[in-house]
Amino acid sequence: MMILSGDPPRSRVLTLVLVLIILALAATPFLFPGAKALNVAAKICVFAALVASYDLLLGYTGSVSFAHTMFYGIGSYAIAIALYGMGPNWAAVATGIVIGLPLAALLALAIGLFSLRVAAIFFAMITLAVASAFQVLASQLSWLTGGEDGRSFQLPELLRPGTVLVSKNLFGFEINGRILTYYLVFAISALMILALLRVVNSPFGRVLQAIRENRFRAEALGFRTVFHLTYANCIAASVAASAGILNALWLRYAGPDTSLSFSIMLDILLMVVIGGMGTIYGAIIGAAIFILAQNYLQSLMGVASKAASEAGLPLLPGLLHPDRWLLWLGLLFIASVYFFPTGVVGRLRNAGGAKSGSASH
Amino acid sequence: MTELAANDPLPKPKRDIAPILLPVALALVMIPLIGSPSTWLTLTAASLAMGMMIFIMASGLTLVFGLMDVLNFGHGAFIAVGAYVATLVLAPFAASIQADSLWVNLAVLAPAALLSMAVSGALGLVVERVLILPVYGQHLKQILMTTGGLIVAEQTLYALWGPQIIPMPLPTSLRGSFILGDVAIAKYRVLAMLIGLAVFIAIQLVLNRTKLGLLIRAGVENREMVEALGYRIRRLFLGVFMTGSALAGLGGVMWALYREQVHASMSDELTVLIFIVVIIGGLGSIGGCFIGAILVAMVANYGGFLVPKLALVSNILLMVAILMWRPRGLYAVTSR
Repeated sequence: MMILSGDPPRSRVLTLVLVLIILALAATPFLFPGAKALNVAAKICVFAALVASYDLLLGYTGSVSFAHTMFYGIGSYAIAIALYGMGPNWAAVATGIVIGLPLAALLALAIGLFSLRVAAIFFAMITLAVASAFQVLASQLSWLTGGEDGRSFQLPELLRPGTVLVSKNLFGFEINGRILTYYLVFAISALMILALLRVVNSPFGRVLQAIRENRFRAEALGFRTVFHLTYANCIAASVAASAGILNALWLRYAGPDTSLSFSIMLDILLMVVIGGMGTIYGAIIGAAIFILAQNYLQSLMGVASKAASEAGLPLLPGLLHPDRWLLWLGLLFIASVYFFPTGVVGRLRNAGGAKSGSASH
Repeated sequence: MTELAANDPLPKPKRDIAPILLPVALALVMIPLIGSPSTWLTLTAASLAMGMMIFIMASGLTLVFGLMDVLNFGHGAFIAVGAYVATLVLAPFAASIQADSLWVNLAVLAPAALLSMAVSGALGLVVERVLILPVYGQHLKQILMTTGGLIVAEQTLYALWGPQIIPMPLPTSLRGSFILGDVAIAKYRVLAMLIGLAVFIAIQLVLNRTKLGLLIRAGVENREMVEALGYRIRRLFLGVFMTGSALAGLGGVMWALYREQVHASMSDELTVLIFIVVIIGGLGSIGGCFIGAILVAMVANYGGFLVPKLALVSNILLMVAILMWRPRGLYAVTSR
């Protein structure tokens, strides 16, 4: 309980699902051989942490930010530019972290102070505007960021796939730098999610929820809401930047499409809503469902689209084309806001709560 | 305070002209900076035309927010839908577009624009009923719902028309420029300015001279009071929402002709501009929206000419500057 900050999943099914996801992620290098499975697993880890940090904003303070990918991008680019410029060594990794994290936090502070000074309703719009300006800036400053091409770089010796740490043992597994990198991503993401769980269950997190429910009342109770909201913004931005660092380390690349584009922002929003806002656990479930769908559903849609076009159906081939999978996701998104606004986690908790409630009567 | 006799006219509200002077002052300051008067005139005309188009797209959004406190993040979808629908009319009549006669060209353009407005207005009806009605009064869900709607609309456009950019050539008679001395002003920009001004005047007339407009303005200021007086503000809101969507569609057609191409992602680029305009102008204020649109366009045009590198962040800087001056936008009409 300590490690979960006294906030367990509170539903048997949910616990089971979470344990399954985490075990599967932990054992991916050994259970599912192949580069694709490992890539998907790493992406789930990174996004679980990223989405959890967004949940701190959306679910716990109720403020909609469209600048979260900007912080993610700052982390990615910081590490990429450092490793690209200084060569593949640990000093460069440290430089990237030391520059990236404070930069993200400072920018979050500036946005927070500025947009909270004006009408609170502007927050979503202002973050959207700032994020889009940042995106353009990143693609224009090509001497620094590599423009549309982004920056590819090499990792320090230890983390390279060629580095064999444990040679093939009797089970036929080999532990190399790539797998070590995966576990680095896995462990840091897990730590960040646990830390966020700690934050939202602290007195500070309670104040955030109070602000979400009724900002005016929270202020009347003597809490400095601007301070709390800005602080939450900075924490979320730092975690997002860290997730960006992990993502760049895993991909050995940072570019506008993988770390800054608006579609990532939409992905994050979808994951939070599907998983369940204001739960942190929802981030893990949302990320797992979404990224599995993104990687495996698309091929399924390709098959369906082909079948539809061979059957001579009008319109369907276009609608089922793998590139159109966002369409179905958008529909799912609307449907989930409509029918289960509390997401998967909220649904499972309610189902479990109703059962245990009736049992106790 | 002096007592008012029963027959005295009501005291006029104070006119706040500082925001109106702002674009004028900005334009005048730019004369020495740009140097050549003819370049300055061309740039000013360009920014006025661009500002009018942005105003047409943003006016609906600001009223929708002002009247019903609804944050519509899917407004850009109407812009893209309008532009795509116009291609449906313009493509089969390509010959009339090529014809070198203003009237033949307009005879195709006008129905195209009207059809776009009708389709995006009808789409507005669907969106309001399906996406916005269930989440009245909940900002978070409004943002989520309308963002979802934007994704679906954009993807449907891709599915129906394909992901490629569709060219949308300007009619022959609208190509080229009017040349006055050494000043060149593109013909299409003049048309855009005229349409924008007409829309602005029409909106102002409806808002200030009709009972409908009175109700809308009253609703922006205090929704509950209007409801208490027995008016169905929901229906009024639906009307405003559809009009706003139709205007966004019209703006989409005009923007597509201006850029001479149509693409579903045009809504993303414009949404940000529109938001900035709405924030600068003050939520719910048509006058503020008009000035905001012109300011944004001026900053984009002058900025792009003087310091191209700065053009990327110039809109953000403008927004920051104006919100520092007036934290609720140029004209704060809502009490929220």
